[in-house]
Amino acid sequence: MDRYDSIIVGAGHNGLVCAALLARGGQKVLVLEAAAAPGGLAATREFHPGYTASVAHSISGFSAAVSRDLELSSYGYNPGENPLPLIGLSESQEHVTVSRDSVSGVSDADSRAYRDYRRRMAKFADALKPFWSKTMPRIGPGSLRDLLTFAHMGWSIRKLGKSDMQEFMRVASLPARDLMEEQFSSELLKASLSWDGLIGSRMAPRSPNSSVLMMLYRMAEDGRGLHSIPAGGASGLIAALQRCAEAAGAEIRCGTAVRKIAVDGGESGLTATGVTTAAGEQIAAERVVSAADPQRTFIDLVGVEHLDIGFTNRVRRLRCDGLVGKLHLALDGVPEFTGLDAPRGRLLIAPNVDAIEFAYDDSKYGSCSAEPVMELTLPSLCDSSLAPAGSHVLSAHVMYVPARLKGGWTDAARQAICERSIARIERYAPGIRDLIVGQEFLTPADLESDYRVTGGHWHHTEFAMDQMLMMRPTYGAAQYRTPVPGLFLCGAGCHPGGDLNGLAGYNAAREILE
Amino acid sequence: MSSYDAIVIGAGHNGLTNAAYLAKAGLKVLVVEKNDYIGGAAVSRELQEGWQYSSCSYVCSMMRQAIHRDLDLSRHGLLLVPYLGTVNFGDGDERLLAYHDEEAAHLELKRHSPHDADAMHRFQTDLTRYSQLIRKTLLRTPPDPTSFRPRDIMELLFLARTFWSLGEKEIYEYVRFFTMSAAEFLDDYFENDMIKAAMASPGIIGTALGVYSPGSSYILLHHVMGDVDGSIGAWGLARGGMGAISHSIASALKSYDGEIRTEAGVQKVLVEDRKAVGVVLENGDEIRSDIVVSNLDAKRTFTKIMDKADLPDGIYEKAKNFKIRGSSGKVNIALSGMPKFTGVPDNPYLNRGGQGFCGSLETMERAYDCWKRGRWSDDPFIESVIPSAWDPTVAPPGKHWMSNFIQYCPPKLADGPWTPEKRDAFGQTVIDKLERYSPGFKDLIVHMEVRTPHEIENEIGLTEGNIFQGELTIDQLFFNRPFPGYGQYRMPVKNLYMSGSSTHPGGGVSAACGANAAREILMDLKRPNTVPEDDFYDE
Amino acid sequence: MDTTDRFSGERLKLSPFYPRQEELNVREAWSSWNGYKFAEYYYDTEFEYFCVRNLCGTYDICPMQKYEIKGRDAETMLNRMVTRDVRKIGLNRVAYCVWCTDEGRMIDDGTIFRLAEDSFMLTCGSPCTAWLEMSAFGFGDVTVTDITDELSALSLQGPTSFAVLKKMGLEGIETAKPFDIKLFPYHGETLMVSRTGFTGDLGYELWVDRKLGLRMWDELYAAGADYGIQPYGEAATNMARLEAAFIMPAMEFNEALRTVHFQHDQTPFELGLGWLVDFKKPHFSGRAALLDEKLRGPAYTLTKLDIEGNRPAEAAHIYSNRRCTREIGYVTSAMWSPAVKANIALAMIETKHLDGPLWAEIYYEKELRHHSRVVRCEKQKKPFWTPARARATPPPEA
Repeated sequence: MDRYDSIIVGAGHNGLVCAALLARGGQKVLVLEAAAAPGGLAATREFHPGYTASVAHSISGFSAAVSRDLELSSYGYNPGENPLPLIGLSESQEHVTVSRDSVSGVSDADSRAYRDYRRRMAKFADALKPFWSKTMPRIGPGSLRDLLTFAHMGWSIRKLGKSDMQEFMRVASLPARDLMEEQFSSELLKASLSWDGLIGSRMAPRSPNSSVLMMLYRMAEDGRGLHSIPAGGASGLIAALQRCAEAAGAEIRCGTAVRKIAVDGGESGLTATGVTTAAGEQIAAERVVSAADPQRTFIDLVGVEHLDIGFTNRVRRLRCDGLVGKLHLALDGVPEFTGLDAPRGRLLIAPNVDAIEFAYDDSKYGSCSAEPVMELTLPSLCDSSLAPAGSHVLSAHVMYVPARLKGGWTDAARQAICERSIARIERYAPGIRDLIVGQEFLTPADLESDYRVTGGHWHHTEFAMDQMLMMRPTYGAAQYRTPVPGLFLCGAGCHPGGDLNGLAGYNAAREILE
Repeated sequence: MSSYDAIVIGAGHNGLTNAAYLAKAGLKVLVVEKNDYIGGAAVSRELQEGWQYSSCSYVCSMMRQAIHRDLDLSRHGLLLVPYLGTVNFGDGDERLLAYHDEEAAHLELKRHSPHDADAMHRFQTDLTRYSQLIRKTLLRTPPDPTSFRPRDIMELLFLARTFWSLGEKEIYEYVRFFTMSAAEFLDDYFENDMIKAAMASPGIIGTALGVYSPGSSYILLHHVMGDVDGSIGAWGLARGGMGAISHSIASALKSYDGEIRTEAGVQKVLVEDRKAVGVVLENGDEIRSDIVVSNLDAKRTFTKIMDKADLPDGIYEKAKNFKIRGSSGKVNIALSGMPKFTGVPDNPYLNRGGQGFCGSLETMERAYDCWKRGRWSDDPFIESVIPSAWDPTVAPPGKHWMSNFIQYCPPKLADGPWTPEKRDAFGQTVIDKLERYSPGFKDLIVHMEVRTPHEIENEIGLTEGNIFQGELTIDQLFFNRPFPGYGQYRMPVKNLYMSGSSTHPGGGVSAACGANAAREILMDLKRPNTVPEDDFYDE
Repeated sequence: MDTTDRFSGERLKLSPFYPRQEELNVREAWSSWNGYKFAEYYYDTEFEYFCVRNLCGTYDICPMQKYEIKGRDAETMLNRMVTRDVRKIGLNRVAYCVWCTDEGRMIDDGTIFRLAEDSFMLTCGSPCTAWLEMSAFGFGDVTVTDITDELSALSLQGPTSFAVLKKMGLEGIETAKPFDIKLFPYHGETLMVSRTGFTGDLGYELWVDRKLGLRMWDELYAAGADYGIQPYGEAATNMARLEAAFIMPAMEFNEALRTVHFQHDQTPFELGLGWLVDFKKPHFSGRAALLDEKLRGPAYTLTKLDIEGNRPAEAAHIYSNRRCTREIGYVTSAMWSPAVKANIALAMIETKHLDGPLWAEIYYEKELRHHSRVVRCEKQKKPFWTPARARATPPPEA
């Protein structure tokens, strides 16, 4: 009879990071993945014969610490060079290009403002950075470690110096729009810089409280908020993580969905004792670590009968509805974007902050905007394995596409938003339609059913001030431990949250090994 | 050339309160006011013979009882009367009647949703808890978190202790509550859209946020944390209109030998050697004083009545970036009789409450979407109250006065500047909506005054017509109000202070900003404090 | 919305028994309970109290909240909500239960009736629709229905109550043990009788479809005519329950979901209800917190006091010394017990001081002169009123 130390539910990148670390820590680890291959939202899929893409089309700073600790480079991970510039597309061909330290296509004043802005934001991001790779303190019991973390947080903000600290206190909760209005005059630049504070979340430029934190969060990542496509695409990272985990002795079983996390609720209280797979197989383990989202983990896999009512309610009310649709186009050539030498980079179709705001407005009432905004890239330019020679893949994140469309998602509705998105791209790349040989549009509802992510939410649950730090996903489960002893969380629904940085899995593994 | 110990610019209720406390401490105080009447946004004006219009603010619940009692305002003519519940109107025929009686209110909620009727207890309990915590800070000066002075550290410790006493669970819930949207907050309790819409309406009043915008749950709390005689969330009317509040404070000020000069708009604050030394009036008069207190909003203070050259670096920009957005309109109507609303019983108790034309969350949010686009909605949110049902002094017998507060109304229109025609069209939209719920309403109109943010700004000087003197978002609350580093009423120029709602605790007829500023001034002058420290209610 | 009666929204609901209650309530002493017009007393509180202790009386429990909880998962759902093991409630049995927040603070108490394998009725003092729905979330097959307004319910309490039911023709009622449910065909419907009550004495509760309520009242009163049957109101109930040392919300405990201040609510252990918390059953809400509380011991303990003198210790503070310098608790309910001839009270007392001396400082008024006295309190182990007939099966007829 196999007795595993840890069973990890879900082989997304966080699950793999956690598995690799636990295995290296001497544990006997089993990773169970429902899909045919590991990777979760970063896994590639063939959407048209010969053309593949993954939902996560680029990576902004997979944690260098994780990469180093796991020696990922020796497993073939190559983060890729030359981060992708962010290019705000303009119909009048006055595109704005944002790279790490400079911006082009704007006035000198904006250029200068950008450098100041960037420096200050980087400083704030650095102040926050240590906390992304730390287990958040719990407020109540007040152990020494918790108090120290609190003190450290306070000190780190205080260390910014009086005037930067004051600015930080103000800026941290500003809506993206206000922050931009204060700094820049170019509408396109404002929209482009707002983007990373908004994408993946239910926020628009006018929404206060969380979008600047989101920007800072992304800037604190090792890529400094800039995206790149690693060798082999996003799945290059996954492959390396898989090799690393397996080399450490972890067993990864794909095509094995977990139906239930087994919980013994006897006299001695609750303990997670293993899992039952969809096929009915029972696998016992010392502990279960779930990389699935919190709602799926607690409500579907654990079952509410094993949880307190208030806790269940807090999990239920987590905001998990995604708002990003995914468009994949198979192209038999490189599309030409008017006024752009080569479509290399993350191209934004969001001419101004109001365009983003108004696209969001429709989603509040459960419909898709007539004028969606989007980020698109051609990953095949960096990774030729994604498409046949000379052909390309266009991958776009389309906002804001509601998970729960009024009237429900039908093929016709999906077709309509797909068509609208292509029409929008066509305005910047006339002639692209002639290159299309295949297409696919994934709504958040599709992401939910295909990738088993509640609401199709990138970050498993909204990355917002009330659902972050010691409240992510909710108090009582914010330190990777859960109310069920023996059950841990390690997915994007935990601190520090989503994107492909691997820190949730990393922090969780450390917490378990302690 | 006359000289004073202190000059307060602007005779709004906070400016008057500030002046009253300074005068009470023995200072020679002058309040200068540009209009020919005092009160700022807390006014009663006879715009139609026989009617007293509370043309800006119209109800009151945040007025600090400690100040009311301390300045003996009732002797100076103030009587605050709580009014009964509100009738909420849905998009269609739905009505949610907020009965005063607890049992009746519960049955009415149950008619809409038994679940929500029950959940209301938990909602009120939680709101009371949140309110109590904030109320403790209202009459206190926020600490400076970047400072190591003992006073700031003590105050931070006080806050930490107060916060800690909530217990672990409630600390988390509190932080959550503070940052989320009104709609999400209400989702935690209610399922019925009519009930949610009615409960959400305080979350949008006066703000450039929508019910779905994060941060609007705090606005909601800001409007319900007040109380009348300890009953949290209750609202009251001032007998004689809101001007009665200003007049009673002015009367208290005069009893301490303070002076008020009207039609004395300030052109410029005089600064010498980086110290404020007085003001120059619009008529050219120069008045000198040791201390200058601006009761104007932060943006107006630093961008309109001060020389940029007199300010330290960066302050002008901070003031320019200060978020003070006009989002509200006001339609004040003199009526020849009591309007009847369809679907509402002719219950005299209900008639003495207010009316909330909230529709649904979606209607409210769509009105916000219009505002973002520089227009007003055809179906705006209206909060109305007919004070004359209560107050015999604001309209002739048998006649009535109705205050309608409209959310949202843009300060700038997408199709060009406000004109009298556009203003009237806005007023028409409002009475069209009222007519929909009260057929025959228009026939009762004797006189009507329409105020868009444009009128509010021009007349009483609130930038963009923002009723709070600055948005109530986290970046501009508590020690961040108006700007980080200046949360303690002292301004970057020596001897210059601020006492308006641009300072902690923010908008509302609370008199707390003015009182807190006076405390700081007296401390700087090393005078004994005359300002009450804390609310005396045991909660 | 009925706008023809302009006060329709302000009026209280009427019990199905109201036509008879209205006639009997000669003092017009009405108050309200859960939206129903409800008698504070009918004629005289003490008279009604003695009817309950000496003959029998009826207490209208229509306003009490009643929920039907049905479905395959009903048992699991309830078992996770309340602290007792619902699996152990046999068919046609009733159990007194409490339910708590995650933090182990008491939300409310009530009774659970098992009506079938997959069907229960839960009764409680104040509405808990929202909590029940929150508790039911995540369970596949369970429905919660508020049946408060669909049932007529009447409590019949007192030494002659058994005789009255027998006279009414309820055959087999003599075999009903405490907390048993018996069903009787009744004019085409079913009359449910449970041997339960809130007086600590022999008594039953009768449940029938609303439309038969008045008929049941009449038949019960016809049967009870020779046994002194009499309605009693809120005030007499409160006396009887205090003698039985039963707790009341807003008296002994503050409902957790309505508690503003941290830990101003109570745990079952503080209320002496630790026996209702079963750590051997499957998981239930608040388990971890309650286990902590059990191991740590409750900070306060609800204590039954027999107090010197005759002045009720209403709202008195409890001290550990006669000089009243060390305050250790407070009285939650107090009265002079006419049956026991004792000055009784329930008090919340700091557990660590329970074994020491207990003094109460009592304020009272005598012809407009106000006095205070410090008197000694004796702890009582058992409820003040525990007649053997309450437990006997079959019970005596008088």
